[in-house]
Amino acid sequence: MKRFLLPLALFFVLVAFLATGLRLDPREVSSPLVDKPAPAFQATVLARPEFILRRDDLLGKVWLLNVWASWCSACRVEHPVLIDFARRGGVPIYGLNYKDKREDGLGWLRQFGNPYRDSLFDPDGRIGIDYGVYGVPETFVIDSKGVIRYKHIGPVTPDVLRDTIEPLLRKLNA
Amino acid sequence: MHERLVRTLTRSARAVAMAFLMLVFIVPSSAVEAPAAAENPEIEARMMAVATELRCLVCQNQTIADSHAGLAEDLRRQIREMLAKGKSEREILDYMTERYGDFVLYRPPFKPATALLWIGPALLMAVALTALATVLRRRQRMSAEVFDPDTPDEEADDDAPR
Repeated sequence: MKRFLLPLALFFVLVAFLATGLRLDPREVSSPLVDKPAPAFQATVLARPEFILRRDDLLGKVWLLNVWASWCSACRVEHPVLIDFARRGGVPIYGLNYKDKREDGLGWLRQFGNPYRDSLFDPDGRIGIDYGVYGVPETFVIDSKGVIRYKHIGPVTPDVLRDTIEPLLRKLNA
Repeated sequence: MHERLVRTLTRSARAVAMAFLMLVFIVPSSAVEAPAAAENPEIEARMMAVATELRCLVCQNQTIADSHAGLAEDLRRQIREMLAKGKSEREILDYMTERYGDFVLYRPPFKPATALLWIGPALLMAVALTALATVLRRRQRMSAEVFDPDTPDEEADDDAPR
């Protein structure tokens, strides 16, 4: 009987490893940018091509940066959540219109509503590279000193908002 | 005789027409992909060398060099531009790691978090070899009749059906 215990124990160790592995999401790569200063940018605003917005213009307040595009179907899923968040008057959301055409982005906002204070226009994805964007939509929480405090990859769900982002915002604004 | 010649001629004429059609269809599609091979072949070669070291985060089992994902194309352009500005390979890999983490590197650095990754296979091999050596040594010490299929072995009484 005893000689079966060791293989059995090894089997359970293996099962534990596999079970953990199954539950990890390989698409969620933790960002090295969290707790680092948000990369500087200088971009025109989607609705106003002549207006330039810089990262430093946003110092002094806590804000969300949401990466979106009109070609991104998952953005459509999270959009009502952001609209609702903006309506409740939380912190300002700034968009990053990633690899999109200006008229497509504007049309999308007209069609689905605009939760953004402004959207940065990033047609060739350079700001996206600076922010390590690889799976749109992505959402960053940036504090009043311009430091990235949290990054969410994929659509923001009401659960993520309630359980993670809003508690963090309350802490940052306290 | 004459008939066979005509048949051969029509067949080769058909083959030529086929080849021509194929050319017509193939040339434009390769013309679409061509511009990536940029003006400077030396930079291009170095760019591909760096890109082979990097994982594409959109299609995670491909390198930036292999992938056709939009992000991979953007990153290749970024690498190309950085090389043109005189940045070294090391600086570019650091730049990517700062943004995407160690996960983008196909050869991650050795540090506490990745130690198991690097020494794990050797560790498993050592365990397996030790186990093999132990078993072989134990069997060596057994007497010859243990391996005789006709004699019931000593433990048979707790395994055998009653």
